[in-house]
Amino acid sequence: MERIPILKMGGYLLVTIQVDMHDRLALTLQDDLTDRIVKTHAKGVLIDISSLEVVDSFIGRMLCNIAAMSKVLDAETVVVGMRPAVAITLVELGLSLKGVRTALNVEKGMIALEQSIKRRMPGNGRLGS
Amino acid sequence: MSETSTTSTSASRISEILRQQEQAILSEWTKHQLSGSALRPGLIKESELREECGQFLHALAGATRKDTEVNLDSSTWSPVRDLLANLSRSRARQGFTPGETATFVFSLKRPLFSVLRRELGNETGALAEEMWTVATVLDKLGLYTFEIFQKTREEVISRQQQELLELSTPVVKLWEGVLALPLIGTLDSSRTQVVMENLLEQIVNTGASFAIIDITGVPTVDTLVAQHLLKTVAAARLMGADCIISGIRPQIAQTIVHLGVEFGNVITKASLADAFAVALERSGMQIVQSQRHA
Repeated sequence: MERIPILKMGGYLLVTIQVDMHDRLALTLQDDLTDRIVKTHAKGVLIDISSLEVVDSFIGRMLCNIAAMSKVLDAETVVVGMRPAVAITLVELGLSLKGVRTALNVEKGMIALEQSIKRRMPGNGRLGS
Repeated sequence: MSETSTTSTSASRISEILRQQEQAILSEWTKHQLSGSALRPGLIKESELREECGQFLHALAGATRKDTEVNLDSSTWSPVRDLLANLSRSRARQGFTPGETATFVFSLKRPLFSVLRRELGNETGALAEEMWTVATVLDKLGLYTFEIFQKTREEVISRQQQELLELSTPVVKLWEGVLALPLIGTLDSSRTQVVMENLLEQIVNTGASFAIIDITGVPTVDTLVAQHLLKTVAAARLMGADCIISGIRPQIAQTIVHLGVEFGNVITKASLADAFAVALERSGMQIVQSQRHA
């Protein structure tokens, strides 16, 4: 079965969505990701959607859900690389992904993650080292 | 059968009269136009008007020689049509009123009628017939002038609208990672779309993480405008850029509160300078006075 790869980078998980998301794939991703967060004790999740040209309301809701689930498991989620057209469509649909952090690209997303984790755990700085 | 025969005879007659009396009609027509209250003084030079009138009479004589039935799509009438179209277009641009433009054609009735009466005074039937033909022709041409005038004005308006749309939505870079979007004029949904697209495009191009939307030039902020603003802010946030709304005038602050508009957790500032300071501070910059001027 088709799966979206989840890569571990230090204390973070990187998910790059490069295929068109259909509903079952999205649900599988939720399962896999929550599993991996628990297994790896990840402190942050980065979801790169720069290759997605179409994001519908279901995918939008799924992103919100993933962020909320990660929050419960004490991991910060950042969605990165949304295209302008996708952003406009989501806003027109009335979905502004409240509660999901966003960044322009993976690099900025990484910085945002590090900052927020530093803020949450002062003194403990970087993870994994 | 008799219909066609009358048309053909009258056709030759009007054309003939027009050609024979061209100078008389021309001078009376120009005099009439210039003396009448229909034309504001100084709008057009007498020599210019005379030339235009002469060209029109010439074209009209040519067309009526072949056919008095006005058919603007036919090749017979195309010289008249082109002449009128040009005239109407140039007058629309020169700032003539619609009335003044249409008067050009309609004012020809009086000199033409008086010439006809002189020529056919004792043939009552023919006179009535000719007058009717002339009136129909001139009415049609007058209406055509009007239509072209209107069309030209509409073209001007739509071009200006397009220019305004493009001019009024610039996205400027204030600093590395800080964009400013000075909005001027009312925000409707089509403009919001353009603004949003421009802004998001620039966020991608410059990698900016802050965008300042300055609404100093927005005359009124009602619930709809606020909704459009919030949409733009939400779209920018989805791209990972934080928005700051600045340039809120005192009256606008009052209106916003009275209308119960909620800007949520969007930062709002009174001036662009304040918003810029916040953006710099949040991106880790600091402004210090140089030692020399301290």
